[in-house]
Amino acid sequence: MTTFSAAEAVLDQVVRLEKVESADQKRARLSTGSLVVAAGLLLLGLSFGAGQIAHFAMSNAFDEVQLPTFAVPAGPAVLISAVLCLAAGVGLISGRLSPAWRRAAGVVAGTSFLFGFLSWAAATSALPFPVSNQLSGTVATATPLILGALAGVIGERAGVVNVAIEGQFLNAAFAAGIVGSITKSIPAALVAAVLTAVATAALLALFAIKYLMDQVVLGVVINLLASGLTGFLFDQLVQPQSRVLNSAPTMQPIPLGPLANIPFLGPILFNQTILVYLAVLSVAVVWVLLFKTRWGLRVRAVGEHPKAADTVGISVVAVRWQAVLVGGIFAGLGGAFFTVGSTGSFAKDLTVGNGFIALAALIMGRWHPIWAALMALFFGFVTQMASQLQTLSTPVPSEFLLLLPYIATIVAVAGLIGRSRAPAADGTPYIK
Amino acid sequence: MSSTTSRPAFLAYLSQYWREWAITGAAMVLALLLGAILMVVADPEVSANFAYLFTAPQLALGGAWAKVAGAYSALVAGAVGSPEALAHTSAKAAPLICAGLGVGLGFRAGLFNIGAQGQAIMGSIVAAYIGFTFQLPYGLHLLVAIIGGVAAGALWGGVVGWLKAKTGAHEVIVTIMMNYIAAGLLAWLLTTAAFMRPGRMDPISPEVQPTSALPGIYQQFHLGFLVAILAAAAVWWLLERSTTGFAIRAVGLNPNAAATAGMSVAATTTITMTFAGALAGLAGVQAALGPSANGVPVPLTVGLVGTVGFDAITVALLGRSRPLGIVLAGLLFGGLSAGGLAMQSVAQTPLTLTMVLQALVVLFVAAPALVQTLVPILKERKSKKVAMAGGEA
Amino acid sequence: MTAQHDAGLQLREITKKFGTFVANDAVSLDVQPGEIHCLLGENGAGKSTLMNVLYGLLQPDGGQIILDGEELHVENPRQAMAAGIGMVHQHFMLVEVFTVAENLILGREGGPVLNLEKARAKVTELAGRYNLPVDPDARIEDLPVGIQQRVEILKALANDAKYLVFDEPTAVLTPQEIDELMIVMQKLRDDGKGIVFITHKLREVRAIADRITVLRRGKIVGSAEPGTSESELAELMVGRAVDLRIAKPEAKVGQIRLSVKGLTVANPAGAVVVDGLDFEVASGEILCIAGVQGNGQSELADALLGNAQVTSGTVTLDGVDVTHSNPRQTIAAGLGFVPEDRQHDGYVANFTVAENLVLNRFTTQPFSKGLALDLKAIADNATDLVERYDIRTESITKLASQLSGGNAQKLVLARELSRDLALLVASQPTRGVDVGAIEFLHKRIVAERDTGAAVVIVSTELEEVEALADRVLVMYRGKAVGIVSPETPRDVLGLMMAGVPYEEALANSKAAATGKDN
Repeated sequence: MTTFSAAEAVLDQVVRLEKVESADQKRARLSTGSLVVAAGLLLLGLSFGAGQIAHFAMSNAFDEVQLPTFAVPAGPAVLISAVLCLAAGVGLISGRLSPAWRRAAGVVAGTSFLFGFLSWAAATSALPFPVSNQLSGTVATATPLILGALAGVIGERAGVVNVAIEGQFLNAAFAAGIVGSITKSIPAALVAAVLTAVATAALLALFAIKYLMDQVVLGVVINLLASGLTGFLFDQLVQPQSRVLNSAPTMQPIPLGPLANIPFLGPILFNQTILVYLAVLSVAVVWVLLFKTRWGLRVRAVGEHPKAADTVGISVVAVRWQAVLVGGIFAGLGGAFFTVGSTGSFAKDLTVGNGFIALAALIMGRWHPIWAALMALFFGFVTQMASQLQTLSTPVPSEFLLLLPYIATIVAVAGLIGRSRAPAADGTPYIK
Repeated sequence: MSSTTSRPAFLAYLSQYWREWAITGAAMVLALLLGAILMVVADPEVSANFAYLFTAPQLALGGAWAKVAGAYSALVAGAVGSPEALAHTSAKAAPLICAGLGVGLGFRAGLFNIGAQGQAIMGSIVAAYIGFTFQLPYGLHLLVAIIGGVAAGALWGGVVGWLKAKTGAHEVIVTIMMNYIAAGLLAWLLTTAAFMRPGRMDPISPEVQPTSALPGIYQQFHLGFLVAILAAAAVWWLLERSTTGFAIRAVGLNPNAAATAGMSVAATTTITMTFAGALAGLAGVQAALGPSANGVPVPLTVGLVGTVGFDAITVALLGRSRPLGIVLAGLLFGGLSAGGLAMQSVAQTPLTLTMVLQALVVLFVAAPALVQTLVPILKERKSKKVAMAGGEA
Repeated sequence: MTAQHDAGLQLREITKKFGTFVANDAVSLDVQPGEIHCLLGENGAGKSTLMNVLYGLLQPDGGQIILDGEELHVENPRQAMAAGIGMVHQHFMLVEVFTVAENLILGREGGPVLNLEKARAKVTELAGRYNLPVDPDARIEDLPVGIQQRVEILKALANDAKYLVFDEPTAVLTPQEIDELMIVMQKLRDDGKGIVFITHKLREVRAIADRITVLRRGKIVGSAEPGTSESELAELMVGRAVDLRIAKPEAKVGQIRLSVKGLTVANPAGAVVVDGLDFEVASGEILCIAGVQGNGQSELADALLGNAQVTSGTVTLDGVDVTHSNPRQTIAAGLGFVPEDRQHDGYVANFTVAENLVLNRFTTQPFSKGLALDLKAIADNATDLVERYDIRTESITKLASQLSGGNAQKLVLARELSRDLALLVASQPTRGVDVGAIEFLHKRIVAERDTGAAVVIVSTELEEVEALADRVLVMYRGKAVGIVSPETPRDVLGLMMAGVPYEEALANSKAAATGKDN
């Protein structure tokens, strides 16, 4: 076999095709870079009109340990931020950065833009910007987003698109509100929320997996159904006797022993409600489930290449059902936040689009539980910042600040993420 | 679209599509049934009687029947029971048809336009602004206001198409966010001097000039409804008879083949979303300039367009993204909406029930297999599927 | 062979229908441990359907499966695997983003918690036992196709399968990888495995089969001994005497029409897939691009269409630079394009035949005036082309999805050839098409050449290359290995397809020939 050896020699060469920058990558580089440069230019503009001093309060009045309030000269702070931002943007556009440096440039751009913008905003007000409130508020605001995004991650990893997180939230919030009001028990409310969201998830699974309905449309319809159903029951049942049915107890912060007394970090991280701790725990649980267990391997296989899973004897339909239902558990916990996790009472459509923000977080987090959670934190931060700045009465109308998360999502989806890679079979029903 | 109904063609159409129609009908009946159950369960007085179901069935069943019959007869009466009701239905249907056409057009190009809501809000903002700010003669004023509103919707939709074409940003996420941005923009505008009604502190605009209102024909039956029908005809022509429509359908059904055949998927995406936005914008115009029950248009508020953009998705689905289907679905849901208001005032059943009915109808229609399981008569006797599935794919 | 064996795996009278279409009509087949049984048949003969029934992926409408004398019910692949049946799929059943080890333990993880350490050990152990080395931690998408197939084989063996089904395993391999696969299969046979080898390539059958069964249109039409000649096998497979070589007049080569210089193309991930290609095609000439699938031919065709990212080099058509033209412009410049995957890129399944026949010309005269389509002109065009190209359809208003593979290909070709072309680019023009249609399509392509168009055919089938080419360009990893005459011996072409330059390949092939003689 002389012919054979010649061919073998060629075959055994390491296959390494030369790489150049593709059109997509180039577009992503240019759009990301110019976005960052635009942000830098905005800051540069703001730096000329910045006020004198920006105050940052590191603790709020109720903290045991009072930390000082920092005063930062606003003009130079904004200017420095602008320069850093511009430098990062130019670096990104140049395309000469290694992947590690690119990531660093991204982090520099993000933090300097936030710091610069906050300095400018804080300097317009005599009141200090409450940093610790901002951060603990971020954690709280992000909690339902994290849980909702996790619900989506599990379902979509198995190949079922979940646009119905909003509807799951709404149903769960309603159930938690009613059951909480009747039983006066937080655990009972949480159980009710979880069960309701799992039932909603079952509806999603039924129509997506069994009846092969288009999953995006299905999600929209389920949201409509949830809004109608909770609205109808609220009007018909709850409203007339709201003292009995709409006065659930609310969760209280649980200090985690001495950890809660750590200055600055303690109140932010270790004096939160049970739901916040559950959210953090859930991120770890989902990560372990997806990447360290047999079930997770199967979920991912079914979402990437269902036929391959089928040929090794895995029931695609069963795994997808399980994933969607398990996702429902997290969506239920997230939904409970809106009633027992905040004021204790339900109002029509009180989830106001948080389910969609969770969806955005999971896409920007590239279907990874940890990244999705970080994206949820980012959205929490922006939302919280908007409401903080509202109380400082900055020159930017508060209605605009409240739009920040939505604009940030579009910017991120269009400029930073672009064509991110979803699980290959996401949204595709499996037909043998 | 067999709108040319010579008799044999009509029969052929009937034999081909009767099952589709029957399933749609069955879906509605099933939705009404579930709605009835919901009504009974959610009414403590009525459901309490079910404790005596075996001892005094007439009490339980009679109570339930009275409740359901009362609500549904009020619903039907409010939708089609009188000329006034019909006029009311037409007024509710007009914006639904327009926005439904916008969503349906997107579907035909393979795009999920979840953003009809935002596009309609933008349309209503601009139409109302032109309506209450400028002084123009009859006819011209209305025309300018309509064009302005449609253009605003087109812009709001076109941006999404452009972003998708240029950066690959998924239109579902972007349209959802654009909805919130439009709503926020409206909320902010209503706090500015240009939009606030003099002498009021709450977010409400002045009334639009009579010169810019859509003229009524009979009660609430107004010019806008005819505009909606015209729009449906135009969309039909666009899809079935124009080169642009050919490209839209080709891209929607197989973007790869369309690209290989020289069509620009990016351009088609942008064009489709612009048209879709324009149609949804027209729905916003209808909301801003169409006469309400008292004969004058409702001034701009945060809730002016209601949930027309989301309802439009159900309209497009039920109408199977075909213009005639969308007109019929729009009329159905318009009737549901008009009747729902009557049901609320006459039978004290909350309007939100109609939302539930709407969602249920769409769910059932989208899952014909489920309807066929529940109503076995509709099952096909023999599978006529010609074998493409065979062979070694 | 029809005798009732007790041992072995038998399929008895298996019938499988899809609607009214009978994919398998009372098909019986058996395989014994320690033999290779070839199942030969054309595309669409029902080979894969039969094996999917055996593997539990499809449920038969009749017949039974008997394993070692006992009836076996396979309702799903899990039961097939448990019974000792393994399958090497034509389209690999591997999760591309998983590692080799993860793919191997999928479905047999052995406990709720993943133990990748054990999985790696299992890979190494299996790879050692069958002498099929792979890196357990490599991600599938990073591996070359030949190695991916190795993983697929290991996966089939992982359950200690006694019977293995190889479904068209050679379609994506180089001739040398095929030789290697043959050795693997022989070794497995010698280990006592029973092997069903599905193929439509006669050379392979003759090289390796212990027994041969031929399937045509869902029925067993006969069996043959390994010594049977290729032409006899072909006749059995097709049902009549076949001569793939069409009568082709000498090429009347005219002026250069297509000129490609230094063409380099990157795929969306940024990998260079066409690397500095130079060639010219003249009027009245067919240039065949030969090569194993995935060596840049598809991207070359896409680049000629204007649907790929050209990073450097030029493409000139009739003296006009079309390097960066988009498909609309190249089509207007006189390019006819038949895509490799016609269902994916060639036509819109849910459009009517008439609509598909104007898919790339609906904006031109006479099919539209301004913005409005001229439905009459579109219908007239369709009636005419359906007749001229013998497209079998009930009516021009039927959907293209209802056409058979051959007729769908005729539809695409009819559309492309009904214009005045400067250049025809056709990829795999006869893939999945039955023999009768192949002849028709080949004749049409040659006729197009003779009207003065330049023709580029991309094909992985050497038979087709030999039948059509006036010159052959062999591609390997994006580069041209050489441009040679279609009379070049097959083994030389085969070596070139593995990247061996012409001179060296020729020398090697001669050495091999003398080696055999001694």
